[in-house]
Amino acid sequence: MVYKERRDKRKFDEPRKIEAKVGIIPNADGSAYFKIGNTWAYASVYGPRNLHPKFLQDPSKGILRCNYNMMPFSSSGERVRPGGSRRSKEISLVTQKALLPVLDLNEYPNSVVDVFIELPQTEAGSRCAGICAASMALADAGLAMKDLVAAVSVGRVDDKLVVDLDYQEEDYEDGPVADIPIAMMPNHDEITLLQMDGLISKDDLKKVLEMGKKVCKDIYEMQKKALKDKYKTEVKK
Amino acid sequence: MSNILREHIIKLFEANTRLDGRELDEYRKISLDVDVINTAEGSARVLLGETDVIVGVKVEVMEPYPDTPDQGSIMVGAELLPLSNPDFELGPPGQEAIELARIVDRGIRESKCLDFKKLCIKEGEKVWMIIIDIVTINDAGNLPDASALAAIAALKNMKFPEYKDDKIDYKKKTSKGLDLKDIPLSVTVIKIGDKFIVDPDSDEEKAIDARLTVASLSDGTLCAMQKGGDYPLTAEDVSKMVDIGVEKGKELRKLVK
Repeated sequence: MVYKERRDKRKFDEPRKIEAKVGIIPNADGSAYFKIGNTWAYASVYGPRNLHPKFLQDPSKGILRCNYNMMPFSSSGERVRPGGSRRSKEISLVTQKALLPVLDLNEYPNSVVDVFIELPQTEAGSRCAGICAASMALADAGLAMKDLVAAVSVGRVDDKLVVDLDYQEEDYEDGPVADIPIAMMPNHDEITLLQMDGLISKDDLKKVLEMGKKVCKDIYEMQKKALKDKYKTEVKK
Repeated sequence: MSNILREHIIKLFEANTRLDGRELDEYRKISLDVDVINTAEGSARVLLGETDVIVGVKVEVMEPYPDTPDQGSIMVGAELLPLSNPDFELGPPGQEAIELARIVDRGIRESKCLDFKKLCIKEGEKVWMIIIDIVTINDAGNLPDASALAAIAALKNMKFPEYKDDKIDYKKKTSKGLDLKDIPLSVTVIKIGDKFIVDPDSDEEKAIDARLTVASLSDGTLCAMQKGGDYPLTAEDVSKMVDIGVEKGKELRKLVK
């Protein structure tokens, strides 16, 4: 079998349409949204702030806490029951691990940086969209960072290596599929998130990671532009 | 909140003005967008100044409640997301979120604008449940009015998915919507000292003595109320607040198309 054409006519190494904006939640210390196709992630950052409960405090450095949540109406199928699932807890954890390497929290003993990721609308790739939004929100909050984090899913649909799988590709039934969400520090060429579901050869994995790296660098440019654009509009006032 | 800010707010009210220069009975700039979430059967987003609320409607098919075998129903949930306010915490909805959801729920349910019998698919077996979820993106005061407005606008533009062979096909939306007989709207009137205001921002909200949320129909009939705040109201206060609520409700109703 061969996978000939993507539903939305994208090239195999082309992500869906991306839109990014920074500074959208006035209450937050930093905030951003990141849209990729029909997937839409909000992120807000509060902190560094006092950490409760106290036993979680680390006297040597601040900690990062992430929470990923799908809004009840964000799935095209049944309503998502509020309160979190095993899936959302795991994604919260891997998101935290994906973002931590760019931060330096040594200056903030006993404190926490809270990152809240909320998805109003999803259609595949939501953890990657959440990480992209969160990384911009952290920068918007003015935290010291050695890089941004850009994320996208890569993988394989039948005989083709692809970037940014949509729902139909994840559920492709006429051949094997691999779905590999990755996050990278674009300036360091280092990977901070790597998960995989499906079947792929080691050679193909190598190739598809290279494809992902290229797209992450493009996303990084969009994230940077969104951060700069926030200040453009503020000067206009 | 600090006493000095509270006193300042009250002083401004006595001079018939407010922190941001608004009239006492003036709303902040309101924008209402519908169909903002394509995964929901209906949706709306309200921006009230910096307050930002999204409401999404989903539907499910379930067994009717035993006491109303020929009626569907609605359910309203509200989540005060920690994303939207540094004081909100993760976890199951607290008193505040539940009160908000119930104020919005009663404003719609008690208005009888929705005929629950029309939500019946097969008596005693299958009825539609309309689930209205309120989420806060940024809380800058007056969540009840923003939420009620977004909720009724989302209901008005919702479309049922296809229902065939006992299954909902969420991917196929039909052209069938809800037949709303009226547009109930809620206005929260605030009492501070002997002054009445509408649409408090976060600081004003912390300074309130009492509040009354008034839900009314287009002909001015009241359909639900909720008093809040730590201080009592006289019957005369209530009468004045209801007048303001009904009057302002008419203004808000123009936004729902």
